[in-house]
Amino acid sequence: MSNRARRRTWRLRLYVAGQTPRSIAALDNLKRLCDADLENSYEIEVIDLLKHPQRARQDQIVAVPTLVRKLPKPIRKIIGDLSSKERVLVGLGLPPSRSR
Amino acid sequence: MTKNGRQRAARSKNRRVPSRAGRRSIPKAPTGIAGLDDITRGGLPRRRATLVCGGPGSGKTLLATQFLAHGASALGEPGVFVSFEEPPEELIENSRSLGIDLRDLSARGKILIDYVRVERSEIVESGGYDLDGLFIRLGHAIDSIGAKRVVLDTIEMLFSGLSDAFTLRAELHRLFQWLKTKGVTAIVTGERGPEGLTRHGLEEYLTDCVIVLDQRVTPQEATRQVRILKYRGSAHSNNEFPFLIDDHGLSVLPITSLRLQYDAPSGRVSTGVPDVDGLFANGGYYRGSSVLISGQAGTGKSSLAAHFAHAAVQRGERCLYLAFEESPAQIVRNMRSIGIDLQAGVRKGLVQMQAQRPTHFGLEAHLVAVHRLISEWRPEIVIMDPISNLTSIGTPLEVKSMLSRLLDFMKGLEITTLSTSLIAEGSASWKTDVGVSSLMDVWMVVQNAESNGERNRALQIIKARGSAHSNQVREFVLTDTGLKLIEVHRRLDGRVLVGTSRQTDQGADAARAPVAPSGRP
Repeated sequence: MSNRARRRTWRLRLYVAGQTPRSIAALDNLKRLCDADLENSYEIEVIDLLKHPQRARQDQIVAVPTLVRKLPKPIRKIIGDLSSKERVLVGLGLPPSRSR
Repeated sequence: MTKNGRQRAARSKNRRVPSRAGRRSIPKAPTGIAGLDDITRGGLPRRRATLVCGGPGSGKTLLATQFLAHGASALGEPGVFVSFEEPPEELIENSRSLGIDLRDLSARGKILIDYVRVERSEIVESGGYDLDGLFIRLGHAIDSIGAKRVVLDTIEMLFSGLSDAFTLRAELHRLFQWLKTKGVTAIVTGERGPEGLTRHGLEEYLTDCVIVLDQRVTPQEATRQVRILKYRGSAHSNNEFPFLIDDHGLSVLPITSLRLQYDAPSGRVSTGVPDVDGLFANGGYYRGSSVLISGQAGTGKSSLAAHFAHAAVQRGERCLYLAFEESPAQIVRNMRSIGIDLQAGVRKGLVQMQAQRPTHFGLEAHLVAVHRLISEWRPEIVIMDPISNLTSIGTPLEVKSMLSRLLDFMKGLEITTLSTSLIAEGSASWKTDVGVSSLMDVWMVVQNAESNGERNRALQIIKARGSAHSNQVREFVLTDTGLKLIEVHRRLDGRVLVGTSRQTDQGADAARAPVAPSGRP
């Protein structure tokens, strides 16, 4: 299962509010994790709520940063700067990463 | 005016004058909730957040909804409702029962409902976060409709959706500060906690105004109570007040002014019987005063009330007749026998007769119903016949408290009220009405004087605040043209004779000139 999951296309969306240290950290953490665990088959869309405030209501965002897994379904949400990799993997529905 | 009355008036005046001159009360946002604006002296603190807390089902959401709807529909102040608990459909459905159409208000852009759903099972936390998403969301909602009012219901739901309580506390504190900078008047609701006012101590952050709702269940009934726990920068009433939720929304009792601030009009209104007018130095009741007529069954209380109503109609004034015992039809028929046609007043739209057995309502509900009727119809006089029937639905203290609020309210509108009170046959005397009578400006007692095998009706004025009045017990008869006082027949030995003895004595002593009636002192 895990290999199939890793080969799927992942569509991820990261909601931030401006270029704060926390949002920059979240994006860095996310990219690093995706490169390591999703074998490059992923897309990340960053939505800055300061520029698109209406999206907060449309997409039920309360906390930032919020990472939303759009695909594969079902939608999952992970909030925080994504500094705890194990938690992110749990949130994305991936098994714990192989230690390298 | 009695000594006590004078002192009370003087006190209230003294209290009022300096405070009004010296006080700069903070600006307020009316809630539109009957009574709540009275006990908060004008509404909630404008551009600040008020905490409304209470247990489940205590009416927090309804209060907040009404506050928002009132601003949006009556004051041109659009509002944002952020619901953390109920989805919009439920909110719309529930508020419809209060006569509030949230769907229409949102369609017209006067209210924006934002349902914030935070479900712990759907969220994983990884690292630090803040609530900027909520800030942006709320800010955008406020800006998009130019909102002046905001409701956050119940923001503590965030604590069950997110685990980092430390962050949440800090963020909520920031949120409430930020709301002030947005210039909105807000209600934040909170569920009553086991220890504090709210589960997560919102009262530590929201210190401008705190309103506590409570629901108590006694064996007889469930009563709701509201209390203003705190109101920074404003005088407010500290007491607990009962409130009701019905199809007009919330009503807090007293729905009326708590202050003795009404004017004291000096105009007079006729009692409806010229003879009786003559017993008062000022020729009748003061306008805006409260009159109590006590007496046993069949002594003529309702007749005096009917005269009073009839006179109002002839002046072209409106009269609300609250019949607590008899049906309107029965009252109309009975009064026709003494030559008073109340039906004519009804036809002219000047008399409204409302028959309600108080037992069908609770005392509070009754007060609200009467209050509403008066506010809508604005009668010049109100008759309550008989108020003694109210005691069947409440303790004497409750009845007195309800009546005093109702009388205060009517005084504020310069309505002259006449209440009758039935004294039980065989009860010691009219002294049973002493409790209620202290609320009244005028107190008359009618009774049957029994002597020599006949019953004669007699009337006396026990008190009349602010007016000299006759001290005599006057005999009267009910004729087919109404109530008539009989000339006082006083013998030279000082005895006052009534009924047949008077007639006999008058016949026998025809040569003696009768003592002229001294109606006025």
